[in-house]
Amino acid sequence: MEFFKIKHDIPFMSYGRYTTAISLVTFLFAIFFLATRGLNFGVDFTGGTVIEVHYGQSADLVKVREQLKNAGLPEAMVQNFGSSRDVLIQIPLKENTAGAKLSDQVMTALHSQDAGVEMRRVEFVGPQVGRDLVDNGAMALLLVSLGIVGYLWVRFEWKFGLSAIIANLHDVVIILGFFAFFQWEFSLSVLAAVLAVLGYSVNESVVVFDRIRENFRKMRKTESAQIIDNAITRTMSRTIITHGCTQMMVFAMLFLGGETLHYFAMALTIGIMFSIYSSVLVASPILLWLEVSREDFIKPEKVEAEEVLP
Amino acid sequence: MNRYPLWKYLLILAVLLTGLIYTLPNFFGESPAVQILPLRSSMKADAALLNRVDATLKAANISPDIVELDGNSVKARFNDTDTQLKAKDALKAALGEDYVVALNLQSRSPAWLTSLHALPMYLGLDLRGGVHFLMQVDMKAALDKSLEAAMGDMRSSMRDENIPYSGISRDGNALLIKFRDAASRAKGEDLLKQHFSDYLLTDKEDGTDFLIRAQLKPEAENRIGESAVQQNLLTLRNRVNELGVAEPVIQQQGKDRVVVQLPGVQDTARAKDILGRTATLEVRLVDEDHQIGPNGTAPFGTEMFKDRDGNSLLVKKQVILTGERINDAQPGFDNRTNEPAVHINLDAVGARKFKEATRENVGKRMAIILFEKGKGEIVTAPVIREEIGGGRVQISGKMTTDEAQDTALLLRAGALAAPMDIVEERTVGPSLGADNIARGFNSTKIGFILIAVFMVAYYMMFGVISVLALAANLLLLVALLSMLQATLTLPGMAGIALTLGMAIDSNVLINERIREELRNGITPQAAINAGYEHAFATILDSNLTNLIVGIALFLFGSGPIKGFAVVLCLGILTSMFSSVLVSRALVNLIYGRRARLSSVSIG
Repeated sequence: MEFFKIKHDIPFMSYGRYTTAISLVTFLFAIFFLATRGLNFGVDFTGGTVIEVHYGQSADLVKVREQLKNAGLPEAMVQNFGSSRDVLIQIPLKENTAGAKLSDQVMTALHSQDAGVEMRRVEFVGPQVGRDLVDNGAMALLLVSLGIVGYLWVRFEWKFGLSAIIANLHDVVIILGFFAFFQWEFSLSVLAAVLAVLGYSVNESVVVFDRIRENFRKMRKTESAQIIDNAITRTMSRTIITHGCTQMMVFAMLFLGGETLHYFAMALTIGIMFSIYSSVLVASPILLWLEVSREDFIKPEKVEAEEVLP
Repeated sequence: MNRYPLWKYLLILAVLLTGLIYTLPNFFGESPAVQILPLRSSMKADAALLNRVDATLKAANISPDIVELDGNSVKARFNDTDTQLKAKDALKAALGEDYVVALNLQSRSPAWLTSLHALPMYLGLDLRGGVHFLMQVDMKAALDKSLEAAMGDMRSSMRDENIPYSGISRDGNALLIKFRDAASRAKGEDLLKQHFSDYLLTDKEDGTDFLIRAQLKPEAENRIGESAVQQNLLTLRNRVNELGVAEPVIQQQGKDRVVVQLPGVQDTARAKDILGRTATLEVRLVDEDHQIGPNGTAPFGTEMFKDRDGNSLLVKKQVILTGERINDAQPGFDNRTNEPAVHINLDAVGARKFKEATRENVGKRMAIILFEKGKGEIVTAPVIREEIGGGRVQISGKMTTDEAQDTALLLRAGALAAPMDIVEERTVGPSLGADNIARGFNSTKIGFILIAVFMVAYYMMFGVISVLALAANLLLLVALLSMLQATLTLPGMAGIALTLGMAIDSNVLINERIREELRNGITPQAAINAGYEHAFATILDSNLTNLIVGIALFLFGSGPIKGFAVVLCLGILTSMFSSVLVSRALVNLIYGRRARLSSVSIG
């Protein structure tokens, strides 16, 4: 079986202007939603209390809200979580509240109405911890970006490092834009997924770049644009197959992994889609725009050639 | 060209076999068990204890699967949780005084595996259920306490040396000692220099007063903070022991935080209560010479506390004894009134101090005050009838049996050096833990099957080889996680799934490259070789960038991110091995021997 039997190179670079424009528009939309709606940060970052409870039968949310109101927690957010019998209660952080004792208060209140209610999960994050997690997350993002640029710089050339990181950070911003647009909860595991996408997406760029470099060495009389087109066309089969396989695994997590893994898998899904797009249709045009040329790779050979001249 | 020397095959085989052995324990599952640990470190778990456990279980008509000595504990394994709970109750009743009886899970893997240190993966709290607390130590309170103590010590040492001073007061993190003249200040300074080397002394004049400003040195400040954290760790360990938790984790995190993880604990309210309490005991004299002032203010030198009925009582500020002098505290009953009581055993210094105080104050009342979270409450204020020697003290007064038990526990487990607050809590109920395992396992399984079906259909024989390599990757990853006993969390399981999804990339790269070379018209053997050679540079590059991400996540990630990062990093290493070496070995075995290979099955 073979899906891709492409005889001629697809002229990706001639569409470069349009593809980067599309990508720029998506990027600007993402920035717009991030600015106007902002991310719906989970309890990991904002601090607060999340309690997941399980009822023996369908839970009456109105009643649960009432119970919590009577217990002195009118600000508690109550919603179903996955099924009608699972209830998620979110309580924002307030000054002078019981902090860690809050969950006990809630459980006592719920138990007084229905003894069968079962505590599934409690997460309480204090304000300082939340701030630390944000700092560490930002630090990890920065370090990952620098590490990747540095690595690509050493391994290839600065033009590759720069275009890869532009393309891949653009993926990250777009994922964040999706989370802002749909107001999906942005938790620690989503952050982990976003950073994993960064690595994954760079991986994608590296495969294309490797081919471009190889082509520059082999196809000595070809234009840069054609060389890049050839590299992309010839790696396309691998790109689609690999991402298809990874995406199968991610879909399994998305549909079978439960609520905890759902948004993790969602971030990965968006990330995988855009990393294909960005490494082919963003990183490479940028590379061309930075005027990548044969001389970037084969300087030593050129020197030799001069020496041999009579 | 596609042949490996024999040693290479053997090496790969050896690695895979090792992987298999260390993966095996994960398949046997875990049985409910009861673990019996000595309460004090001076006691050892030995054959005698083993016999006692055996006898106790036999007497209660409970038949364990196995009872064995494991390190400094005895473990008894049972068939089901009902028997386990019954056994725990029976053992607690028989041994509860001196031993911790904790519920636990124990691997069912055979002994020969355990003797190779092949253990199942260590499951995180989100998979096995339990409580995770992050507690912040209040460093300011620790400092305050040490400054207060230094103030008292300075007072008494100057009094002992007959140096006249007119007062000591606090000034931020410094102490101000007032003298009437320069001569006594000079004497005082000499004394302080000798005995209080943690303080930086400077002279100061303020009107007619001659002052010494004693500023705590920064290194001393650090040391106080550090020792407060250390003492709190020790205290927490004692308290957790009392709670009866198997395999608790109590660690310092950063400068002033402590992580407490209690696997399997379900009564989080009680855990929080016991951990968070900062009970200390103080024994002081009741002040009967003064009256409570108007507006409920306490006269100079006294303090006001309420007793359990809400009545206010004046007590002297001077402390006779603190909880640090307690050797042991046990709940019990008062011999005469049969009220619940706490029996306290004091150490030598405490016993002497207590004896002196009771001798000098016969006929007066003494207050026993329990401080919790900075708030004092008078437990009892009995009249001293006679001198009490021997260091045996009994506290009773309007307590329930449960309160007596908790008070004894708190006094026995020692005081916290500084109060702590829970700044993060993550509790996962056991049912959610089991669900999480099932979900993580299911999604990995289904994802793997999908990839396998697709790869075989798309690449034929090379697809089969790729899938086998991927299976080897999974085997090695699980083996490595089991060997390192790294904590596996739900994000870690997601990491396993994602690693597998990404690891197939290497094989796709190789297979595509081989196809391409074949299309270019070279012989199959050469194509296979060229495919592997060319793809390797790319595989290395892409894995290294992923490794950078993994390491950064590990360094800066916390909690769930860290678990994910560990798996990601290990997965990259195993995938390099399996997708390049294992798959090549298989290809070489299948195709390498044939000299005239006309075609390969690559779809």
